[in-house]
Amino acid sequence: MSQSILVIGGGFSGLTAAVEAAEMGYQVYLVEKESYLGGRVAQLNKYFPKLCPPTCGLEINFRRVKTNPNITFYTQAEVKSVQGSAGNFNVEVVVNPRYTTPQCTNCKPGEAVASVEAPNEFNFGMDNRKGIYMPHPMSFPNQCVVDPAVAASAEGQKIKDAMPAGHVDLSQKPETIQLNVGAVIVASGWKPYDPANMERLCYGKYPNIVTNMMLERLASPSGPTGGQIVRPSDKTMPKKVGFVQCAGSRDKAYLPYCSYICCMATLKHICYIREQSPDTECYVFYIDIRSPGAKYEKFYAKVKADAKVHFIKGKVAEVKPGSSADSVVLVAEDTIGGGKVEQEVDMAVLATGMQPVGALNPIPGIEYDADGFVKPKEGIVPCGCAKRPVDVVSSAQSATAAALKAIQMIRRAG
Amino acid sequence: MAKIGVYIYTGDGIAEAVDVEGLIKVATKSGAAVAKSHADLYSPEGVAMVKQDIEAEGLTAISLVGMSPRYEYKTFDFPGVYLDKTGIRELVAWSHRIDPSDEKADSKKEHVQELAEDYIRMAVTKLQKVQMPTPDKLEAPNTRILVIGGGVTGMTAALEAAEAGYEVTIVERTGELGGYGMQVRKQIPVGPDYSSLVNPVAPSLIEKIKSNSKITVKTETEIARIYGAPGKYRVSLKAAGTKSEWDAPVPLTPEEKLDANGKELSAEDQKKVYAAKNEGRNDYMVEDANGELFGAVILAAGWKPAIPADGEYPHLAWGNPNVLTNHQFEQLAKSGKLKRPSDGKEIKTVAFVQSPGGLNDDADFPYASAVTTMVSLKQAKYVREDYPEDGKAYVLYQHMRTPGQYEYFYKGLQDDAGIFLSKGAVTAVKDNGAGGLTVTVEKTLLGDNIALDVDVVVLATGMLPATKDEAVVNLAYRQGPAFRDLDLFGGYCDSNFICFPYETRRTGIYAAGPVRRTMTIEESMEDAAGAALKAIQAVKAAEEGHAVHPRTWDFDYPDFYFQRCTQCKRCTEECPFGALDDDEKGTPKPNPTRCRRCGTCMGACPERIIGFKDYNIDVVGSMIKSIEVPDDDEDKLRMVIFACENDAYPALDMAAAKGLGWSPLPRIIPVRCLGSVNVAWIKDAMSSGLDGVLLLGCKFGDDYQCHFVKGSELADRRMANVAETIKSLGMEPERVKLAQIAIDEYDKVPGVIDAFVEEIVGMGPNPFKGF
Repeated sequence: MSQSILVIGGGFSGLTAAVEAAEMGYQVYLVEKESYLGGRVAQLNKYFPKLCPPTCGLEINFRRVKTNPNITFYTQAEVKSVQGSAGNFNVEVVVNPRYTTPQCTNCKPGEAVASVEAPNEFNFGMDNRKGIYMPHPMSFPNQCVVDPAVAASAEGQKIKDAMPAGHVDLSQKPETIQLNVGAVIVASGWKPYDPANMERLCYGKYPNIVTNMMLERLASPSGPTGGQIVRPSDKTMPKKVGFVQCAGSRDKAYLPYCSYICCMATLKHICYIREQSPDTECYVFYIDIRSPGAKYEKFYAKVKADAKVHFIKGKVAEVKPGSSADSVVLVAEDTIGGGKVEQEVDMAVLATGMQPVGALNPIPGIEYDADGFVKPKEGIVPCGCAKRPVDVVSSAQSATAAALKAIQMIRRAG
Repeated sequence: MAKIGVYIYTGDGIAEAVDVEGLIKVATKSGAAVAKSHADLYSPEGVAMVKQDIEAEGLTAISLVGMSPRYEYKTFDFPGVYLDKTGIRELVAWSHRIDPSDEKADSKKEHVQELAEDYIRMAVTKLQKVQMPTPDKLEAPNTRILVIGGGVTGMTAALEAAEAGYEVTIVERTGELGGYGMQVRKQIPVGPDYSSLVNPVAPSLIEKIKSNSKITVKTETEIARIYGAPGKYRVSLKAAGTKSEWDAPVPLTPEEKLDANGKELSAEDQKKVYAAKNEGRNDYMVEDANGELFGAVILAAGWKPAIPADGEYPHLAWGNPNVLTNHQFEQLAKSGKLKRPSDGKEIKTVAFVQSPGGLNDDADFPYASAVTTMVSLKQAKYVREDYPEDGKAYVLYQHMRTPGQYEYFYKGLQDDAGIFLSKGAVTAVKDNGAGGLTVTVEKTLLGDNIALDVDVVVLATGMLPATKDEAVVNLAYRQGPAFRDLDLFGGYCDSNFICFPYETRRTGIYAAGPVRRTMTIEESMEDAAGAALKAIQAVKAAEEGHAVHPRTWDFDYPDFYFQRCTQCKRCTEECPFGALDDDEKGTPKPNPTRCRRCGTCMGACPERIIGFKDYNIDVVGSMIKSIEVPDDDEDKLRMVIFACENDAYPALDMAAAKGLGWSPLPRIIPVRCLGSVNVAWIKDAMSSGLDGVLLLGCKFGDDYQCHFVKGSELADRRMANVAETIKSLGMEPERVKLAQIAIDEYDKVPGVIDAFVEEIVGMGPNPFKGF
């Protein structure tokens, strides 16, 4: 019988579940696939509806991790399988090499000599990074990463030689560890739905079609443009922006459910744009604006009061080339006014939905429903967006509840 | 006396930026027993070196001078040795890069060296002044959990806490458990395939509660007062609806403190008004010896249905007996087959109205949410359940709000030929003269203008939190019986923190369910589990002697030197968490387990008698005084910056890492919260000949980002008062400034600092320099 808890995923839900359980005195293993903790929210510029920076709450949670002796976390690590039952799960985890040692917190000497660049995943490929890099400015752990693609090459050696002795270790190998835990909290989160799946929306075909998550990075001071919202083709502030709601969500062919956050995210994006450009016109093509509850309704009302924001009830059916190579025309059926609406915009933002990681990379031993959300069972507790599409507040609640559920299961099994 | 070791990291450009030997000399001169440098301090070799010194030299306190204190953790773990860190890599080397070809490089280098030396002096001084924090444990804390409200949320919270091993008492105002959960015919679906309604969960919860030996239920009972603090609440209960001598007294409102002419009443008169207002109630500091002991509280008081006022919504014919609220309709459905209360006619056609604003406004009813949307869908199904042949339900909405997988519930309804779902603006509801109502809907999906004849109209009115009009928790606290900030959240006991939804300004009391935010039953049950964990943690923290959120790692508690207290009441009034009570004379009574360790009381105290073992007036004051102030060099003015350690300080780290720099004149001291900044430090700075003080803290106002809620706002108010004092000394009040900086504004923070420095340079030196 084990008293330990495994948390799969170090995003906001997993981080919350881990600290809440550890602060109850339980030994917690936190396994994160990326090289940093914080997950999806680390990429966000601000939270809705308060428009506050996510890093502020992450900073507190990181400090709780740093000061708590009960948490052991692994980054660049993947859970390969979960076997057993409540009180006694055997878990196989593969920890991939970072090729650096913990004291390696300054990549600059390595970056200075590196010649190969690769697309920066953190910014959705909108800029490049070197073969040694810090995942992002608020990255925790604050430890450099060497790209496995260069580790075995002469480039890797060049980087190693430029860094202080002992900071880069190119001999690191993937390590398999076995954990025995009493309960498993699954907080594997979500991925932005791949817009390439929806051919009609022409993502990748025209340069100025971006996703809502890309807009987060464009608006962020740590993003590829230093926080300037510009369209990719000519790096200018767009004067007309179209928001394509339900880009994948609420559609049997793609994601049949509602992704919960995309309406509120779009309203937030309009605030980002308005802060930088007082006269940019925003066109929101929607089925329903889902801003439920007092706080969200208030936020919607605030955005709605802006005369340069236009809401069009209609789903975008087609994207056509615009009058210039930089613009596109969004075509929708106006379900109220009737007829086709065509709106030319300088930039289109696809409000892509959330797809649970379970739909793409299921873990053997965890059960999922048809959409890829985790099914709970004794000893296995899903939370946050691994369980259902939710916002950050609900993720925090769900993760806190999951910590208690896991503790109860260990007590029962013991 | 501490035996101090100072270890200077020389990697990452530090050795190039400063004269390390010079820093070691300063450390030794300041009183360090050991001062060394290491090119790879954070490597195992560096750790070994420090460890060896601790053992060989008997060091009791060490300072790591190198990378930001935010980056090192768990590496230098030496039990019993006080560990402090100063980030000269970010605050000196990276933020003050000098181009060697710069003709002023030498003079710039001198500035940077002086900056680094001051950081060394401050680091050593701090270690000379601090004491090791010791836990303040509550002896034998009570671990029972009190749950207020016996609805689905309250029952679930009780079962969850009991399942984790805790004793629970549920206090329910009515005669039965179950709450609104017992008043519904069916519930909206909770899982795949989301197509059919489910039976209410409440009866099964009641059964579980009855058979659970850890749970006590008290019906027809209310809270008179909750006295005490986490781990030792003393709760006076009373029969519901009655008055009690133990009812919590209510402090005077600002208006009540004024006379008829708007002048503030004398203290004596205020006492009289207060006594009259609270007649028949025992003083809030009196403990009810017969009260029950609890460790923490879960507030699950739920909600009540909103009922529009008479004359409201005339266009929707509110007042017509056949226009019902969703709550009234649920009652009909619960009582049997749907029949009109007005004439007993079968209800076969119903229009459900989601949004009352007609063509002008697409908002739903006040206090509506996704839940009220789904209640309409559920009730539409009742019509079809009762009249499968010819029942018709029209759900008229502006926005169909079925988030997440509830979309499947909505989609399922679309397949029912008797349910019509349409967007539209309901512009009129009128008696059709034939015993029914005609509903006019414009801008619909079916056509521009349609008229529907229905038997009843149901308004999707909202759910009002129980705390909208009453305190419920009835705390016997100096700051009053209710949660703070209820007005800010429309009466909900909500948190203003997206990341930390359970955090309110009343430690140990955690709200769950629709009293916090409108939630479905499924969400409320999950929320109840979350709140149960927070309540259990509060009890555990009291037992172990550490703070609860956000400083869960903090085992220290502020000391009060009462002999010098002048009963000014600032600490009791300003504590954002209501942790301090007071006696008749106004001497504060600390409640350590209510405290969050922000230090706002320390910042407020004019007598400087409140402080932590390693963070107090003397520690920071001495650090300020250790800054070397050249008294005859106009190019070397000196300022101090107090930076919030959670937000402004990380912003500085990131600015430095990004290669941004700022003036070398100010010295930065991280603080827990701007709320902890005492005016004494400003005076220390000015009397030491420093030329200005800048405070960098979190955004305040309704969307405050301060994790101690009021810290930066209070600091701002205090600085306005300081400005007056400075002015009276013949100095420019602008020498002291506060700027709001969010953690991600690292691109802006250097500019804020430089603008401040420029302003001070423009004013010239502090006229008292050198005295």
